[in-house]
Order: sequence, then C-alpha cells, then structure tokens
Amino acid sequence: MSAGKPRLSRRLSEFGFLAFCWAATGVALIALVAILWSLFRQGIGGLNADVFTKSTPAPGSQGGLLNAILGSVMMCAVAMAGATAVGVLAGTWLSEFAKDGRYGKVVRFLNDVLLSAPSILIGLFVYELMVRPMRGFSGYAGAMALALLAIPVIVRTTEDVLRLQPVSLREASVALGAPVWKTTIAVIWKAAQGGMLTGALLAFARISGETAPLLFTSLNNQFLSLNLAKPTANLPVVIFQFALSAYDDWRRLAWAGAMLIAMAVLAVTIIARLTTREPKRS
Amino acid sequence: MNAMKDTVTESPQAGAPEAKARGRTAKGTVFDRTFEALCFGAATLLLTALGGLIVSLAIGGWPAFKAFGFHFFISAEWDPVQEVYGASGAIVGTLVTAALALLFALPFAFGIAIFLVELCPVRLRRPIGTAVELLAGIPSIVYGMWGLFVFAPWFAKHVQLPAMMAAPPGSIWETLTAGVPNGANILSASLILAIMILPFIAATMRELLFTIPPAVRESAYGLGSTTFEVIRKVSVPYVRSGAVGAIMLGLGRALGETMAVTFIIGNAHGFPTSIFASGATIASTIANEFAEATGELHTASLIALGLVLFIITFAVLALARLLIGRQAHA
Repeated sequence: MSAGKPRLSRRLSEFGFLAFCWAATGVALIALVAILWSLFRQGIGGLNADVFTKSTPAPGSQGGLLNAILGSVMMCAVAMAGATAVGVLAGTWLSEFAKDGRYGKVVRFLNDVLLSAPSILIGLFVYELMVRPMRGFSGYAGAMALALLAIPVIVRTTEDVLRLQPVSLREASVALGAPVWKTTIAVIWKAAQGGMLTGALLAFARISGETAPLLFTSLNNQFLSLNLAKPTANLPVVIFQFALSAYDDWRRLAWAGAMLIAMAVLAVTIIARLTTREPKRS
Repeated sequence: MNAMKDTVTESPQAGAPEAKARGRTAKGTVFDRTFEALCFGAATLLLTALGGLIVSLAIGGWPAFKAFGFHFFISAEWDPVQEVYGASGAIVGTLVTAALALLFALPFAFGIAIFLVELCPVRLRRPIGTAVELLAGIPSIVYGMWGLFVFAPWFAKHVQLPAMMAAPPGSIWETLTAGVPNGANILSASLILAIMILPFIAATMRELLFTIPPAVRESAYGLGSTTFEVIRKVSVPYVRSGAVGAIMLGLGRALGETMAVTFIIGNAHGFPTSIFASGATIASTIANEFAEATGELHTASLIALGLVLFIITFAVLALARLLIGRQAHA
C-alpha cells in the first residue's frame, strides 16, 4: 500500500480547498447580511412620515428628505429618458449594422471601458462640459452625468439581447416586405423588449445610488424645487453631507436615506434578475 | 453572420419589378438610411463622450501641469493655502489601497466562483449567485456609511489596537502600524474596497468557468482527479487569460471607487508610511475638495489628478477587456 500516503495528502488538500470555497462564499454572504442588518437597524429608527413630507432641515430642527427624494427622482427620470434613447440606438447599431466591422469593434471596446470608468471622472467631465460654461451647478448637469453612466449599461444589454434574436426572425419579416427599420423596430425590438427592459432597470439601479458625479454637477439645494436649471437636491449628496455632520438628527436622516436608496436599488436589481431567465451571454 | 446581414439589408432593393413595389422599396430605403444613420450617430456619440472626457480633463488640468511641470507627479505636498500641489501622495494612496483590496478580494472571489460552478447544489445556485450580485448592487455611499460607523469602530478595537500593541518597539512593524486608532485608515479602506470588488471579480470568473466545455472537466474527473486537481490543472489553465482580465477589471473598479473610500480613508494628504495611517486617494481628494476648491490652480490641480486617474484606469481596463475578450471569442 505505497499509495496510501499520497492519497491522504490529496484528500487533505481537496478537503482544505473545498472548505475554503465554502468559507469564501460564507464570508460574502455574511458581509451582505451585516451591511443590510445595520442599515435596517439604524435606518428604521429615522424613518417616519416627516421623511417623505418635509424638506431637509437646518441642524436641530424637524425635517425630512422630500426635496432630496424629489430631486433624485427628477434627475434619474431625465437621465434615463436620454440614456435609453441613445443607448438603445447605439446598441442596435452595434448588433444590427456594425456586426464584426472594425468601427463596431472600437465602439464596443470603448463602451466596455466606459462601463467601468470611475464615475467621479464623469462628474469632472460634465463639470467642464456644462457647469463651467453655464456658470452654475444645475440639475440638468447632474442628469447628464447620470445619463453618461447609464448609457454604457444599456448599450451592452441591448446589443446582447438583440444578438440573441434568431436570424430567421429577421428574414421572415423582410420576406413579408418590411424594410429593415420596420423589421428592427416592430419585430426585433418587440421580441427583445424583456431583455432591454432588464438592461434599463440595471442602469437605473446603477445611477440611483451614484454620489460622486453629483457632488459638483447638481450640487445640493436646501429647499424644495422643481427647477432642474438650478442646483438640485438629491438623496446621495444629502446622505454624504448629513452622515459626515456632527448633528445626531442629521445622521439619523442620513441612515434613513441610505436605507431608502439601498432598498430601492436592491429591489430593482432583484426584479431585473427575476425577469431574466438564464443569465447567458454570447 | 455577415452573409445573413447582407441578405437582410439588400433584400428590400432586390427583385421588385412592379412599380408599386418599387415605390415602397424606395421609401423603405430612405427610412432605412435614416434609421441606420440615427443608430450610427448614437454609437458615435459614445466615442465622442470618451474623447470629450479625455480632452476636457487635459484642458482643465493644463494650468496645473504648466505651473508645476513634472514636479506635480513627484511632490507629495498638497497645500491649498500656499497654492502648492503635488499628486504623488494621492497616486500612491490610490495604488496601495487598490492593490491591497485586490490582494484580499482575489482568493475569496476565486473561492466563490468555484463554489458556484462546482460545489453549489443546483437549487441554491441562483439564490446565492443573486446574493453575491446584490453585494455589487449596494450603492457605494452605503458602503461608506457602513464602513465609517460600523466597520471602522470594530476594526479599531479588534484589529488595529491589538496589532499596534503587539508591534515590538523600534521594529519595522511599529512604523508600519503607527497611526490613530480610530479605524479610518488605509487598511480599513482597502478591506471595504475588497468587499466591494469581490462580487465583480467573482461574477466574471464564474462566467469564465462556465465557458469550459463539460467534456474537458469530465475527462479529468474520469481520470480520477479530485475537484482541487481539476480546478488547478484543468480549469485554471483553461481560463487563465480571461481570469487575469477579471482581476484587472476588479482592479479598475478599486482604483476609481470614490465615496466609500472618502468616508473611511481618513483624508490626509501626504505620503502614507503606515498601513494604519490616514491617507487619500485621487478619487477621494477630488470628491472632498472639488466643490469647494479655492482658486483656479486648485481646481486645475484636481482635474489634473482626474486625468492621472483616467490614464491609470483606462490602461488597466483596456488590458482587462482585451484579455477577457480574447478568452470569450476563443
């Protein structure tokens, strides 16, 4: 039985390796639970009707997050409208027209780079592009920064789902006499709309919690305002300011806001995941 | 694929002898052209955005490069009062935190990916995969708050203080662990970063491991290999270049991560000498100071920092995409 010894060492390393893999997954799950747990514990306490009905307070007085929530919703809506239009068209071009051409490859590559580019640099870009020439921070600049973050996500998912549509579908439509634009819009987009919606949801999840690019584009606003041409309050920047302040009631509001954002983002992420059957990429 | 495309685009113009049909086709062609141009424009907009990003950072940062020259990259002095700015402290802070984060995250990310592909019961695969993805979905500002108010105190009490106590006086350990025991330092920032990039690396690794043909792995099992041996000698070599790409992707994330780091790194300028010292990264410096930058030169220096960050991350991300791309198309 000379094989006894190596067999034992093999079994030991196998056991150690498998145990480590289990442990690594455990650590990740524990981190997730720990973060969510402290978020709930600290956030629930600060949550009340005032949060949704009053604007951000001066230190020491009663208030809520209404202006910030409203500002965030407005900016995200404008950003998503713009980003969806541009992103879907660009994704369509990559999948339907560019295919494996050289320019298509370049655009695809740069889109992938933009997808993981640091968001704070997008903020700097928009500052140079809009804030400095227009001599003022504005909600539109914030929306622009968010749109630039959302576009690459939408382009990527749009291209992926459009490529999954069978060629026979296109041929069937064209054989019926439909021109390419009609085939694309009425048949291919229609067939792929579920996946495209998922992409939009993921993009929304990404931008709704973004803070860095808003710090110097939309800035902040203490008052309730519907005017996106002026500095606009938004949840992430308010959380940032309030969390680092020395006032207890501000910090409570920051936790409540953080919980709201995290819940929204996680809910959207889960919905997006549930609507995709099998996450398979080409 | 290409041949198919040709049939699709050309068929409206192909054989249409009747006048009526020709009329419709002509109209179709016009719309086709417009539609394609529209899509092309959108795609080009992407290119313009990236180009504009580089150009605007270069223009905005130019005054700083002009004023300090190459000294900007070497000096660690960052003094808004004297109007002297040097980037090296922030650059080193960025590189050190990102590298440490990668070091911590890598084995765990790999473990998770293997768990999901090889060990996980099929029924649990989806829920656990989603849970790991949720970790990636948590906004960075939430990580920051959690890091500052929950993790940092715990870290100071259970890691930092014992480590500082255990360090023998006068040794290199003492220098390396010197700092204020409040939990806001380079090491704790790296740990938070590690948790944040973990799911990105794990998800990409998992995708790569799924690309291995089952027959390849099964033949290794058939020869009597253990799971460990299959992973080490078959799976890892198979996905090697893609795995390096996944790691680079995580590194790119860590380099540019802003809010979480701003909360927990302590925000001190200068050259970090200890892992328990407060520091700053490029992104955290910009986030902290940009909106309140005092003068033209201050703003320009911050934008110049941004350009440096862009160049570093662009190089890393480009390399990552090339490596992953090669794997995926192989």
